Amino acid sequence: MDRLGRVRWTEFAVETLIRVLGFSTIGFVALIFLFLLQQGLPTFFEIPLGNLFGTRWYPTFDLFGTLPLVLGSAMVTILAMAIALPLGVATAVFVREVAPDWAREILKPMIEVLAGIPSVVLGFFGMTVIAPLVRESLGAPTGLTAFTGALILAYMALPTLISVAEDALDAVPKSYRDAGLAMGATQWQTIWQVVVPAARSGIVTAVMLSMGRAIGETMAVMMVTGNAARMPLSLDSLFRPVRTMTATIAAEMGEVAQGSTHYHALFGIGIILFLLTFIINLTASSTIFKKRHRGGLR
Amino acid sequence: MNRHLVQRLGFAMLGLAALVVVVPILLVIGTIVARGMGAISWEFLSAMPREGMKAGGILPAIVGTLLLTVGTALAAIPVAVGGAIYLAEYARDTWLTRAIRLAIINLAGIPSVVYGLFGLGLFVLFLQFGTSILAGSLTLAIMTLPIIISTAEEALRAVPVEFRTVSASLGGTRWQGIRNIILPQALPGIITGVILGLLRAAGETAPILFTVAAFFLPHLPRTVLDQTMTLPYHLYVISTQVPGMPPQIQYGTALVLLGLVLSLNVVATIIRSYYRRRRQW
Repeated sequence: MDRLGRVRWTEFAVETLIRVLGFSTIGFVALIFLFLLQQGLPTFFEIPLGNLFGTRWYPTFDLFGTLPLVLGSAMVTILAMAIALPLGVATAVFVREVAPDWAREILKPMIEVLAGIPSVVLGFFGMTVIAPLVRESLGAPTGLTAFTGALILAYMALPTLISVAEDALDAVPKSYRDAGLAMGATQWQTIWQVVVPAARSGIVTAVMLSMGRAIGETMAVMMVTGNAARMPLSLDSLFRPVRTMTATIAAEMGEVAQGSTHYHALFGIGIILFLLTFIINLTASSTIFKKRHRGGLR
Repeated sequence: MNRHLVQRLGFAMLGLAALVVVVPILLVIGTIVARGMGAISWEFLSAMPREGMKAGGILPAIVGTLLLTVGTALAAIPVAVGGAIYLAEYARDTWLTRAIRLAIINLAGIPSVVYGLFGLGLFVLFLQFGTSILAGSLTLAIMTLPIIISTAEEALRAVPVEFRTVSASLGGTRWQGIRNIILPQALPGIITGVILGLLRAAGETAPILFTVAAFFLPHLPRTVLDQTMTLPYHLYVISTQVPGMPPQIQYGTALVLLGLVLSLNVVATIIRSYYRRRRQW
C-alpha cells in the first residue's frame, strides 16, 4: 500500500472506531435496562400484583409491598427538595448576580468540594453528628429519621441545583438586566421580576436534575434514615425512621439467594428506579434542548 | 419601606443563604479532620487490620480503592475520550446525536445502586467475572463515562475553529488534525474531566456493593478476578456493621477517603486554572 493509501485507511479505521465509541453510550443505557428487565421482570409473574403494591414489605413472610418504599423515597426526596430549592436558588442568584468577586472565588470551589464528598462520608457524618442532634432536639428515641435523611440529601442535591441554576441565570442576556435597570427598577427588583423569570425553564431543569439525583442517592440515605419499612402516612412520620427504595436494594441484595423471588423483587425495584429517573431526566433535558434555540443578545 | 433598604435586606438574605450552604461543608470537613487526625499514623496507612478490624491499619482498603480507580481509568478513558471526540468533531445535529446526548444525561442520572444491580447482572453473573476487581472497575467505568465525556467535549469545543482550518489547509486529514493539534490543545481540560470522574468513582459505594466489595480480606488482592476491600465500603462496614468500633478508626478511615478525594479535586482545579491562564487563544 502506498503512503496515501495508508493515510486513507487510517482515517477510515479511526473514524469508524470513534463513531462506534460515540454511539456506545446509547448501547450502555439499553444494556442497563435490558439486564434490569432480565433479572427483574420475573417479579411481576412470581408475585401477585395485590401483594406487590401492598403496604407491607416483609420478604421473610413473602410480603413484597413496595408502597412503603416508594412513599419513603418520595417523602425524603420532597422534603430534601423543599430545603434545597430556596437555598440553592438563593445561592445561585447570590453567586451570579450579587456576590463580589472574592466571595465568588470562595463559593464556587466550595460547592465543587461538596459535590466531591463521597456519599458514604456524608452518611457517616450524618450518623455520628447530625442524628444525635436531631434525637436530642426532638426527644425522640432515635435520630435516624426521614428528616435527618432529607437534610443530608438536600446538601447532596445542592451542587447540581446551584450549578445548573447558575448556568440558567448566566444565559439571560445582559440587555434584559439593562432594560430592567433603565426602567428605574432596583437591582433587587430586576433580579426577581426580570432575570429569574427569564431563567425559569433552566431553574426548573436544575430542580428536576437534582431531584433525580436525590431519588437515586443510596448510601447516605441508608445510613441516616433508620430503614424501617413502614407506611409514612402522618406528618410526624417525618421524624420517624423510614426506608427508601435505594436503601432496600443496597441493604438486602447481599443476603438474598440468587434467583429467589426476593432477588427478583429487588431488581424489580431497580426497574422502578431506572424508569423514574429516566422520565425525570428526559423531561429535564427537553427543556435543555429548548433553551439552545432561544435567541437574544448577550 | 424604602426600596433601596429592601434591596439591602434582600442581598443580605442571599448572602446568608450562601453561608448556610457553605458553613456545613466546612463543618463536615473540619470535624472529620479534627477527629480523624489522631488515628493517622504510618501503621494505620500501611498495616493490615487486626482484632476484627478494631486495630491495625487499613492498607487493603487503600490498595483496593487505588486498584479500582486505575481499573476504572483504563476502561473509561478510551471510550469516553472517543465519545467526546465524536460529539465535538464528527457529529452533526441529527436525531441520532440528540439520542446520544439524551443517553449521556440519562447515564448521569441513573442511581448508583442501579449501576450496582446492572454490574451484578452483566459482569458478575452473565459474563462470569464473579465479584471481582474487573467487574467493579467496569461497572464504575460506565458510571464515570458521562462526567468525562461532557468535560472532554467542552474542552475540545473550546479549541478555536481556526486550528482546524489551518490543519486542513496544510493538507492534514481530519484525524491528523485531531491527533496532532486539537487533542494536545484540549488535553488539560480532558485531564481535568478524567480526574473529576475518577474521584467520583473512588468515593462510590453502592455500585461496588455487589460487584467487588469484600467485608474483610486478610490479604491483598492478587489478580483482577479477586475481590477486594475498598475505602468507602470499609467506612460503611465499620460504621454500621461492626458494633463497638473505636470512633477514632472510623474517623481516621473517613479522613483518608476524604483526603484522597479532595486532593484529587485540588489537582483538577490547579490544572484547570493553570492552563486557563497559560492558554494563548
